[in-house]
Amino acid sequence: MNILYDERLDGELPDIDKSDVLADLQQAAPGLTLLHREEDLRPFECDGLSAYRVLPMLVALPETLEQVETLMKRCRALGVPVVTRGAGTGLSGGALPLEKGVLLVMSRFNRILDVDPDARIARLQPGVRNLAISEAAAPYGLYYAPDPSSQIACSIGGNVAENAGGVHCLKYGLTVHNVMKVEVITIEGERMTLGSEALDAPGLDLLALFTGSEGMLGVVTEITVKLLPKPETAKVLMASFDDVEKAGRAVGDIIAAGIVPGGLEMMDKLAIRAAEDFVKAGYPVEAEAILLCELDGVEADVDDDCATVRAVLEQAGATGIQQARDDAERATFWAGRKNAFPAVGRMSPDYYCMDGTIPRRELPRVLKGIADFSEAYGLQVANVFHAGDGNMHPLILFDANRPGELEQAEELGGKILELCVEVGGSITGEHGVGREKINQMCAQFKPGELDTFHAVKAAFDPQRLLNPGKNIPTLARCAEFGAMHVHNNELPHPELPRF
Amino acid sequence: MAQTPHQATDQDISDALGERVRRATAEGRPLRIVGGDTKAFYGRPVEGEALSTREHRGITYYDPVELIVSVRSGTPLAELEATLADNGQMLGCEPPHLGADASVGGMVATGLSGPRRPWAGSVRDFVLGTRVITHEGHEQRFGGEVMKNVAGYDLSRLMVGAQGTLGMITEVSLKVLPKPGASQSLRLEMPLPDAQAKLAEWGRQPLPITAAAWHAGALHLRLEGGPSSVAATRERLGGDSLDDDFWTALREQTLAFFSREDARPLWRLSLPHNTPSVALAGVEEADVLHDWAGTQRWLRSDLDADTIREACARAGGHATCLGTRQGPGQADPFMPLEPVVAKYHRNLKAQLDPKGIFNPGRLYAEL
Repeated sequence: MNILYDERLDGELPDIDKSDVLADLQQAAPGLTLLHREEDLRPFECDGLSAYRVLPMLVALPETLEQVETLMKRCRALGVPVVTRGAGTGLSGGALPLEKGVLLVMSRFNRILDVDPDARIARLQPGVRNLAISEAAAPYGLYYAPDPSSQIACSIGGNVAENAGGVHCLKYGLTVHNVMKVEVITIEGERMTLGSEALDAPGLDLLALFTGSEGMLGVVTEITVKLLPKPETAKVLMASFDDVEKAGRAVGDIIAAGIVPGGLEMMDKLAIRAAEDFVKAGYPVEAEAILLCELDGVEADVDDDCATVRAVLEQAGATGIQQARDDAERATFWAGRKNAFPAVGRMSPDYYCMDGTIPRRELPRVLKGIADFSEAYGLQVANVFHAGDGNMHPLILFDANRPGELEQAEELGGKILELCVEVGGSITGEHGVGREKINQMCAQFKPGELDTFHAVKAAFDPQRLLNPGKNIPTLARCAEFGAMHVHNNELPHPELPRF
Repeated sequence: MAQTPHQATDQDISDALGERVRRATAEGRPLRIVGGDTKAFYGRPVEGEALSTREHRGITYYDPVELIVSVRSGTPLAELEATLADNGQMLGCEPPHLGADASVGGMVATGLSGPRRPWAGSVRDFVLGTRVITHEGHEQRFGGEVMKNVAGYDLSRLMVGAQGTLGMITEVSLKVLPKPGASQSLRLEMPLPDAQAKLAEWGRQPLPITAAAWHAGALHLRLEGGPSSVAATRERLGGDSLDDDFWTALREQTLAFFSREDARPLWRLSLPHNTPSVALAGVEEADVLHDWAGTQRWLRSDLDADTIREACARAGGHATCLGTRQGPGQADPFMPLEPVVAKYHRNLKAQLDPKGIFNPGRLYAEL
């Protein structure tokens, strides 16, 4: 299945001569860095979804807001699409370039503008790395909560575009819960402020709407985030199980005991072995599943909670329970989990990471389903799971050099996502739709709902110039891919051309 | 797995509501969406045919272990909270009812949160999914019954605080929280500047504070969490014990400060953390109640709207006029939007409600 932009399904893009666009932009924004030679464009041909590559028409690397404004105004006038990119670590192809579009790279906006410890906020340019925020806040005993596993490299602008998560979402929320204000430049080149340094702002909650909108409604040029006091202490328990279902039930038991852990992660046997081989985290390689449960807060409460969780885990049939003795061992326990993706990467020439979410109670059924698909396709699947919040990351192992195996892996991945939707979940918990899951959107949403999304898009970008083809599929695409909901045996929108 | 609780009053009338909306759009007749009718004062008056959610009620899904509940919009808020309490859980945003009949839909549509908001999050932060009747009369579903979901635009959270101007909310899925193991409230006599300094200092520490309000010479605090930390913090901070009812009275605006006898309009000032007192001529200390550790301030004042709003805007916040409860204090209770932001509000309204049938004018005259 090829997910590259297909004008037949995704909408026509204007044919405009590259040299004309280059000349226009050079004249309108004399100081703007524009890359146009193939060798200069090459590094920008993909984001974290590296199986798909497209050379953009041009790459723009602005350094001032005026340059961004001018770029937007000129692209709008010329009818040239604009794909915005941050650090390019996204896993769903949200920053996949367009051959007929300009790639707007925000990486030069990389300054931390202000950290205010008393108001507990930080004001950031979009190219600031996620981890750098917590590092800047650390001297004040504060930190920024969302911690995607790419946090060393990913930028806050991209985090806002994808509504990035991490391993602490159940307790501390996603990006949308931790961003207070963004500055935006629209496709018309206007500046606007959404949200506020206060806890709310007048009017509609456009800040929530923009968070996770994948660069399709505007370009975020500045972000104000909330900082939290660092928990006094954090302790980690690791429990092993001889059965995946028992581990899944233990997760529910912990929540039922009234505890909301800071992090609650599960890994299956294949993931455990891969991680252990890679980082020597001390994981029990004979276990079918492990749970990592981090409890954070005030010391006295954390000690009480550790005792409660230990009792719950024993009751749930854990075959072994270890508590990290100190911060160093806690970091080691986490290192295995945080490196699970590259660890699996060492076992197989390629792997494909999925991002479905499910109600936790459906875990046994979904794991069984994944195992069945894995067998049917003859491809191994390692399961890494944000168990506390129901976000699964099955990693499908394959070898792209074997003809047809990428397609098989993608098809298997699609089946897993459709299973997630079937049990009441979602095709993406934190990685975003991008191009990667554009067809599965047709399974998750009905045509009318997709129409509503397109209406929202039209309110901000009626010409469809901002990151066209991402996030929301056209009805024509859904019709073609057959996963479309059919009501009363009638195809919706009979007026649409069927190709 | 726990069974979703059912009441004899549960029923799904979404088809009938959809039909009413479809006809309203077809005939271009505006609708005034009503739930428990407890928060009509919060916004501009709406001219339109009343469309009530009250018969559309019941919890459609609740499994305490998942920390998620789905509930129809007409369900009384009190009924939902009672069900959660039976399972040792609660709504983290601590929503004000402002009347016995408050509905879940009204909570979501107004987006009003209670004293716990700065620490736990707002109504919007707890919304995971919604079902909404669109202008064409179709019920559509956004988000869902999972904690994390970034598929498509976040229309669920967009509906929170939109006051029914973009569509009619028929169902909402919410994240719920376990009730804290221990709770103690206390009262510390101290002048306002000291309280502000203390709150800034404590804000950088991992203390189990879940409510903080200063009024009439005293800082009122609520400590919640594990029994050990609550007891230790109570010991450390000292002060006098305070009845927990204080927070209910604050949330429900039944403290003397909110008295209807006071003829002056009530204003809500929303300000950044650590904002000093807003300088307003003639406003005395007793005219301001500082909630949310100072980020939500209630003001009784006859000053003109522009003066109050300009002072708040200078501090990075905004001001809303809630009137006198006898009637609106301002033709436009909400702070005017910046022109570019206002333009995109209009565009969005035109896209999602082209005939202008959903609560027209409720937020702003042009929406």
